[in-house]
Amino acid sequence: MKQKVRVASGQGFWGDLLTAPVEQVRGGQIDYLMLDYLAEVTMSIVQKQRQRDPNAGYARDFVALMREILPDCVEKNIKVLSNAGGVNVEGCAEAIKQTAQELGLGGKLKIGVVTGDDILGRLDEFAAKGIEITNMDTGEPLSAIRDKVQSANVYLGAQPLVEALGKGAQIIVGGRLTDTGLTLAPLMHEFGWTFDDWDRIAAGTIAGHIIECGGQCSGGNCQFDWQNIPDLANIGFPIVEAEASGEFVITKHENTGGIVSVQSVKEQLLYEMGDPQAYITPDVVADFTSINLADDGANRVKVFGIKGNPNTEFYKVSIAYSAGWKAVGTLVYAYPDAYPKAKAADKILRARLEKLGLKFDVILTEFVGVNATHGHLAGEPSPDIPEVQLRFGVRGGSKADVERFTKELAPLILTGPPAVTGFAGGRPKVEEIMAYFPALIPKTLIETKVEIVEA
Amino acid sequence: MKIELTKLAHARSGDKGDTANVGVIAFKDEIYPILVREVTQEKVKAHFGEMVKGEVERFELPNLKALNFLLHESLGGGGTLSLMTDAQGKTFSTALLRMKIELTEEEAGSLGIR
Repeated sequence: MKQKVRVASGQGFWGDLLTAPVEQVRGGQIDYLMLDYLAEVTMSIVQKQRQRDPNAGYARDFVALMREILPDCVEKNIKVLSNAGGVNVEGCAEAIKQTAQELGLGGKLKIGVVTGDDILGRLDEFAAKGIEITNMDTGEPLSAIRDKVQSANVYLGAQPLVEALGKGAQIIVGGRLTDTGLTLAPLMHEFGWTFDDWDRIAAGTIAGHIIECGGQCSGGNCQFDWQNIPDLANIGFPIVEAEASGEFVITKHENTGGIVSVQSVKEQLLYEMGDPQAYITPDVVADFTSINLADDGANRVKVFGIKGNPNTEFYKVSIAYSAGWKAVGTLVYAYPDAYPKAKAADKILRARLEKLGLKFDVILTEFVGVNATHGHLAGEPSPDIPEVQLRFGVRGGSKADVERFTKELAPLILTGPPAVTGFAGGRPKVEEIMAYFPALIPKTLIETKVEIVEA
Repeated sequence: MKIELTKLAHARSGDKGDTANVGVIAFKDEIYPILVREVTQEKVKAHFGEMVKGEVERFELPNLKALNFLLHESLGGGGTLSLMTDAQGKTFSTALLRMKIELTEEEAGSLGIR
């Protein structure tokens, strides 16, 4: 058994720094690389891509990344865990296999394919069996939105990943895997932690929570002393250095920018936190009030003392459904009287929309530079404010009405208050809204599958 | 005396649906009891006013010298439903740090705040 296992974070979301995972693999020693590609909204996007093209539906960036780092991973025996599979896990695995073969790595690696999270095709079966799925926030039954559902995925935990690692997989792809499971699974595999070793499972889960947003725990978006965080241009992504006891250190490679400090780790610990004593994943209920942090030298923070409680009998399901249309457009008004001009334009626009008889559920006006982030807390702006951006958004069930709105913004340039600009982007884009229906489903109904594909 | 919370703490915020969370972290251990006393659910709710339409919940993390707040119904529906610039609640942290906190003369003195 290894004394220490190093799990590196390579991607905090789909769209994160493309160079980060490459630098994690080449910038120093690591054993595992974990990559999180899926935000809630991503599942519905990849579902739509697959409806248009049956070969699509996964994060193609991941395949391009594998083309670059697979030779390094094979040479150094670095294992990769990722939820890049989206709603086409098999397609993603096939693309990785082809890439490996093209790189002359055929026969040199096994790909672990984890499926079973996608339950879109099983919703009617559940309904026929009388299994009720209800919105865990509002209590609304699934039947109320069933015809608008675009995707439905269960958040899977570490269990199938541990199985894949046990079968010798070097590259593991899945769909809606929890980001915490991607870090926890390697530690369970290496140290032989059992599924009911709640304190250690909680430790691995919290390690995952700390690194799952990439640079956000190593100096990115860090408020504490932000002016003095060194060299963010070359930010080092975080690495968990774990021991069998469940204690671990958060660190980053030498000669990288950013900072790993008690404060940077604390900020990330609290990110997207609910009840800190009940951080629920498929694997455990972790207690964030048990966490101890200690400075362990430059860019090293030791994390210890973590407690966990038994996991629940449910998986969380994320269901995305089509919920209307929206569009947001902007115009910029300049000094003098920038803010009064923007407010006058808002009034004119609202009057014209009303005259046209357009129906919206919500109209939102924000004045960027005045109140878009801090609302009334920002107070009245200086009368000398150099410019204000009018940001105007509408949302509703009628696509035609939203589309009609997008044609009313540009006319304000020649028919509204003066000293206006910032319209070069053209008409606002009409976007379909994907709303979320979070629910719980008994674990016994879900069958996860782990397959090994030889490259 | 009254001072802005930003002199005593740093923070990070994020979203879960239509709920924003703000984690507030004391700069020094000895500041934490002041946060517990001053940054109450009621005061935070009053501070945000119309920006938070639902309830405010508070959780204590004495181990991290931090408080976590859930601001329900504050993101215009949340996710892709929201029309807000900050639909993900990323700047609610600094908005909370604008809050005015009451310090005793003794506390201000021992913290070197004048």
